Amino acid sequence: MSSQVAPLLVFGWGNPSRGDDALGPLLVEQLAGLAQMSSGRLECLTDFQLQVEHALDLVGRERVLFVDAGVDLQTPFAVSTVKPAPNAGFTTHALAPEALLQVYSDLERAEPPPCTLLAIRAQRFELGEAPGEQALADLALALVWAMAWAGLTEEMLT
Amino acid sequence: MTETTRPLETAADPQGLRRIVIDPVSRVEGHGKVTLLLGDDNRIQQVRLHIVEFRGFEQFIVGRPYWEVPVMVQRLCGICPVSHHLAATKALDRVVGGWPVPEAADKIRRLMHHGQIVQSHALHFFHLSSPDLLFGFDAAVAQRNIVGVAMAHPEAARQGVMLRKFGQEVIRITAGKRVHGTGSVPGGMNRAVDAAERDTLRAQLPQVLAWAEAAVDLAERLHTGLPQNLVGFAETPAAMMSLVGPGGAMEFYDGTLRVREADGRVAVDGFEDQRYRELIGESVKPWTYMKFPYRLTLGPDAGWYRVGPLARLQNCDFIPTPRAEARRQAFVAAHGGRPVHSVLATHWARMIELLHGVEVVADLLDDPAILGGPLLATGERQRSGVGIIEAPRGTLIHEYEVGDDDLVTRCNLIVSTTHNNQAMNEAVRSVALQYLDGQTITEPLLNHIEVAIRAYDPCLSCATHALGQMPLAVTLRNARGEVLDHVHRSSRGDTVRGTRPHSAEAAQ
Repeated sequence: MSSQVAPLLVFGWGNPSRGDDALGPLLVEQLAGLAQMSSGRLECLTDFQLQVEHALDLVGRERVLFVDAGVDLQTPFAVSTVKPAPNAGFTTHALAPEALLQVYSDLERAEPPPCTLLAIRAQRFELGEAPGEQALADLALALVWAMAWAGLTEEMLT
Repeated sequence: MTETTRPLETAADPQGLRRIVIDPVSRVEGHGKVTLLLGDDNRIQQVRLHIVEFRGFEQFIVGRPYWEVPVMVQRLCGICPVSHHLAATKALDRVVGGWPVPEAADKIRRLMHHGQIVQSHALHFFHLSSPDLLFGFDAAVAQRNIVGVAMAHPEAARQGVMLRKFGQEVIRITAGKRVHGTGSVPGGMNRAVDAAERDTLRAQLPQVLAWAEAAVDLAERLHTGLPQNLVGFAETPAAMMSLVGPGGAMEFYDGTLRVREADGRVAVDGFEDQRYRELIGESVKPWTYMKFPYRLTLGPDAGWYRVGPLARLQNCDFIPTPRAEARRQAFVAAHGGRPVHSVLATHWARMIELLHGVEVVADLLDDPAILGGPLLATGERQRSGVGIIEAPRGTLIHEYEVGDDDLVTRCNLIVSTTHNNQAMNEAVRSVALQYLDGQTITEPLLNHIEVAIRAYDPCLSCATHALGQMPLAVTLRNARGEVLDHVHRSSRGDTVRGTRPHSAEAAQ
C-alpha cells in the first residue's frame, strides 16, 4: 500500500451542509481539480470527521496537510505544525489531529509524516446554509496557501 | 402528543436546590447535558438528561425533490450517514413503486448496511467504550480514550482500527465513495459491485473474521471480569424493540417490528413497518426539545422501550449466521437465560453483532448477484412511504410524503437515540442514585454517568466539528441560578476553573 500512495496528502473534514463547516471539504475539492495536474504526487481526501482509520491514510506519505474550519480565528486562516499528543481530550466520536497522529505512532510504531494543519476562519454552522461571504473570501486565500504547500502554481487557477 | 413527567424527573420543589450541569457529555456525538439538582441535604431531587437534538432536520428536507433526499440525509450525521441513506431510500422505494427492489440491489444494499454496522460498532467499542472497561471508570481522562488503548493494548487498538477500515471499504465499494455515497436510489441501486474490489475484500475476510471473534472475546472477558459492584451498573429494566426477520431471526435491513417486554415475553410481533404509527407515539416534555417515543397501547408513562444491540440480541430468537449465533447462545447462558438489562452488557452484545455483520458481509461477497443484473424497479407511484432499518444504535425510522410535483411535503424521522431517550434518562437516574447522592461531585463520579450514557452510543447528529468546539463544562448552581462553581474542559483535555458558563447553559 505504502509504495503506491501519492507522497502528498491533503485531508479536509467538515459537513458540507453546515455553513462554514464546509470549508475543509470545499478547499480539498477545489484543490483536487488542480491535483490532476500534479502527476500523481497529490491525493485529496475528505470526510465528515477525523476518525481513527484515517491514521492509515497517512502511511507512506512524505507530507500531510489537514484542513478544517476553525473558530475564534482573527486571521483568514492559520497554519500550525501538528505533533502527536497522547493526552488530547476526546468529546465526540471524532479525533483531534494531534490524537490521530498519536494513534498513527502507536499503530505503526513509527513517527508520522510531517503534518500541517490549515485552519480556515469560520463563524456560522447552521444546517442547510452555504458558507458565508467572509468564509468564502478566506477560503480563497487559504487555497492559494495550500497550492503553494502542494507545489501547485497560481496559473493553474486560470 | 402527550406531556408527561416521571419520578426524579421533576423535583417537587426546585427552589432551594443546587444545580450541577455536565455539558456536553464527553465522547458522545453532539451535545448532551446532564442536570442534577441537589437539595440542602445533598440528596438528589431531580435528574435529567438533556439532549440538544437539532430540530431542523425535517424542515431541511421538506420542499426538496425526493430524489435528492437519500444523499441529503447523509449530512444529518457524520457517524451513521449510510443508515440514513438506506432508510431514506427504503421509504422512497415505496413512493416510486419500486418495492421490493431487484435481488441484486437488495443484496448490495445489505452489503453496504452491514459494512456500516461493522465500522460503527468497531469505532464505538474500541474508541469510546473499551477505555472505560480496560482502565476502569476512575482512570485518568488522558488514559480513557483510544490513544490510551493504543498505548496500553496496541494489538486491540490495531484490530479496532482495521475492523473499522474494513467496514468503510465495504461501504465504499457499494456506495461508490468513501463519504456522500450515491449508490442507493429510490427503487434500487445505481451501481453494482466491481469484481476486483470484491476480490480485494474477500482476501481480507479470514483475518477480519479472526479479529471480529477476538473482539467478542475481549468484550466477553471484560464484561465477565467486571467487579461485583459493577455487574448491575445502571441496570434499567425496559421493553425491547427491533426489527426481526423470518422465524424471529436477527435482522438489520428489513423485517417486521417486534416488542419484547422487560421480563422476556413477546408483546408485539410481526408488526408491519409501514404501520409503525399504529404502534408508536411520540410525547414531548417541557424541559427538552427531544421527543419521547412510546407504545401507544401503554401510553407515554409506561410505554417506553429500549432499542439497539442489547435489545436486538434478546429480541431475536436466533442469529442466522453460525459464529454469532454461538456467541449469542453463550451470552444467554452466561445470564442464566434471564433478560439482561445491565447497560454494560450492551458492549458484549454490540461485538456479537459486529461478528454477525462480518459473517453477513462474507456471505454477500461470495454471492455473484452483487456483481450485476437488474438494479432498479419501478411501479405505480405512491404518495408516501416508510423506511425502517436497524442502524448501529437501534431502530431508525424515515417517513416521507411526496407531492405530485416530486417535492417532499412531509417528513418524520425517529432516530435510534430518540427511541432510547427515556431509557437513557432512566440509566442516568439509576447511576445518580447509586453513586452521586450526597457525595462530592468528582470527575470519576461524573464519569459513571457518562459511562452509562455512552453504552447507548447516542449520536446526536447536530454537531459541527470545527477546531475549538466541543468543550466539557460542569456548572454548579444554586436554586437562584447563581453559579457556585464552573469547570471547563477543552477539546484538548485542558481543565480550566473559573470561566463563565455558556449563556445557553442556564436555559433548562
